[in-house]
Amino acid sequence: MLATRWEPWNELTRLNREMDRMFGRGGNRRSSLAGVGSFPALNMWEDEANLYAEAELPGFAIDDLEIYVVDNQLTIKGERRPPELEGGVWQRQERGYGNFSRVIELPIEIRAEGVSAELKNGVLHVTLPKTEAVKPRRIEVKVT
Amino acid sequence: MSTTMTTTKRNDSQYKNDLRSHAGNGKSFHPTFQPRFDIWEGDDELILYGDLPGVKSEDLNVQFENRQLTIHGKVERHQDGGETWFCEYGVGDFQRSFTIGEAINSEAISAELHDGVLTLHLPQTDRVKPRRIEVKAK
Repeated sequence: MLATRWEPWNELTRLNREMDRMFGRGGNRRSSLAGVGSFPALNMWEDEANLYAEAELPGFAIDDLEIYVVDNQLTIKGERRPPELEGGVWQRQERGYGNFSRVIELPIEIRAEGVSAELKNGVLHVTLPKTEAVKPRRIEVKVT
Repeated sequence: MSTTMTTTKRNDSQYKNDLRSHAGNGKSFHPTFQPRFDIWEGDDELILYGDLPGVKSEDLNVQFENRQLTIHGKVERHQDGGETWFCEYGVGDFQRSFTIGEAINSEAISAELHDGVLTLHLPQTDRVKPRRIEVKAK
């Protein structure tokens, strides 16, 4: 029999995890970027003309990134390499290295050929223009 | 040679306070986050790498005083208007402190900020380098 007991502590842990995820600063996030489908964390918003996606990608140059849109799927791929140092020891390693790939399903139509991306101070900013069909249209009301 | 490098606890509680205040009021909230750091110890210097996305060099403040290294970076929120779809990470300033257990030549500390990554070189002073003590035979 499948019994689910209500366990308040579990609820709290779950809530905590939710908070960490929400704020994207989870203490126990994996240190490696490889295979993490939810990296990078994204913020997305829209206005009348465009959709915007933003991600923190410190240490990446625009050449290290591949961004494309196919059939309303936005894909962001990239790789960050660790610094090459001779000898010495790592006292602390909290930053992640390696490959990542993230695919986002866009629920509205966008003009793939009009997509532009900018990388500034380690923050990626993607602008995705909406197609004319999905843009809100102002209907003129004639006064008779 | 061992390095004691501890993160100052104050930031943790600061972070939690930020989370708490967020629960209360939504709009004017500007949190402070702890940036991730890598620390490498070579023969005569420590190198720190920190992820500070969104920080411009003029908005970065690095201080070293009494073995206390403090890094603060100001971040401006990018989104201007529009309707939020989802928000997977918070945007706010970065702050972190380290206590450096070794003698550092503070005059020679250098910092670079490229693509949101801070590289800090902390050269050790000569006297902490391993020194061979000669044993005199009588």
